Amino acid sequence: MPTGNRSEGEAPISVSILRQGSYLIASVYAALDDDELGRFQRELIRQIMAFRSRGVIIDVAALDVMDSFGSRSLRDLAHMTRLQGAITVIVGIHPDVAFAMVRLGMDLGNVRTELGLEEGLVLLDDLTGGGRLSPVSRSR
Amino acid sequence: MESPAEQDASTDHEQLLPELVAHLRGSRTQLRQEWANRITDASLLSSMTPQEIFSEATSVYDNYVEVLETGSVEALQHYAQNLSERIIPRGVETHEVVGIVLLLRDVLARSLFEKYHSDFALLNRILDAYEPAANRIANTVSVSFVQERERVIRQQQDSIRELSTPVLQVRERLLILPIIGVLDAQRTRQLTEQLLSGIRAHRAKVVVVDITGVPDVDVSVANHLVQTVDASRLMGAGVIITGLSSKIAQTLVRIGVDLSKMNTVGDLQGGIEEAERLLGFTVRRAADADRQQE
Repeated sequence: MPTGNRSEGEAPISVSILRQGSYLIASVYAALDDDELGRFQRELIRQIMAFRSRGVIIDVAALDVMDSFGSRSLRDLAHMTRLQGAITVIVGIHPDVAFAMVRLGMDLGNVRTELGLEEGLVLLDDLTGGGRLSPVSRSR
Repeated sequence: MESPAEQDASTDHEQLLPELVAHLRGSRTQLRQEWANRITDASLLSSMTPQEIFSEATSVYDNYVEVLETGSVEALQHYAQNLSERIIPRGVETHEVVGIVLLLRDVLARSLFEKYHSDFALLNRILDAYEPAANRIANTVSVSFVQERERVIRQQQDSIRELSTPVLQVRERLLILPIIGVLDAQRTRQLTEQLLSGIRAHRAKVVVVDITGVPDVDVSVANHLVQTVDASRLMGAGVIITGLSSKIAQTLVRIGVDLSKMNTVGDLQGGIEEAERLLGFTVRRAADADRQQE
């Protein structure tokens, strides 16, 4: 099931990374431990390089908790992808998680967040000037 | 073990109560009328008509005598609760209910004085039997009334709580939360909950929180509001706060709020216009639009 992990000889991680035109969509479907977060970061960066992606969406809708290490890793990841030339949008933060993150002072800095996948794609289209490589040109 | 004196007293009561009840039943019409008159004289139950007072007086009187006879307050409790349900919406106050029950006690005591005044020892024994029962009745009625009132108050609090934070969608992806009244810790928590779940349910991009109706907030509520705005941003929605009173503005500045993160507009109209601009809506008068087309 974990399609995102192509590294040899390691246990699969609970993230699927799908390629959608010039964007990558990473769906986290279970809480990641610290080791898995590191591997997820490496794998994502590798794919951005490989596919020359211009945008990344990280979907965390399945998570009902987010610890400070997790949110810092997400922020770091967003900054790293920026250095690779891809804009990261985090989508699907649960209301309870959002409020808990604010209460506990976990800051995603200036990382863009959106409600869901669809809104995330629209935002990426706006930010990258419609970077999707699609035969049907979008009117936006 | 009951002492002989106590036993005497209780058998005495048992013998005297039937006599007492018979007397009160016998002079029912006269006493009831006198009681109703005294209620009117004391201008109690002013929200009810004399006919209503008289008919309530009749049933209270009958219940009263029944309790004296049986010694069981359960039926009276039930009746008092029922009575309270009927009269509380009419605006009857606690002092009026207590007042009329005490008046009835006095009226009946007077009639007992009148009947037994020639035999002072017997009068005392009659009163010994009458007073505890009468006091228990007064107690029961008052307690039932207060309990009913508290139930009504609790019910109203619940409905206020439900009404207090409506989440309204005015345009696609634009929500309004008008907040009226004092924001305490509990209401603010509820506001956060409603706002964040409203964003998810309506797929909102912009939320206008109008606090024109909120006179002042304390520091912890202000902090909570700021956190709610931050949490909304994590969910991908911008919050515009409108109608800040000068006091709330002072509080927000005092807690050192990051103004680059807070989007505030003077009034609700301005807030909605700003939200429409953010969402790419333009609102024009139909007449102006027609003229432009021509």
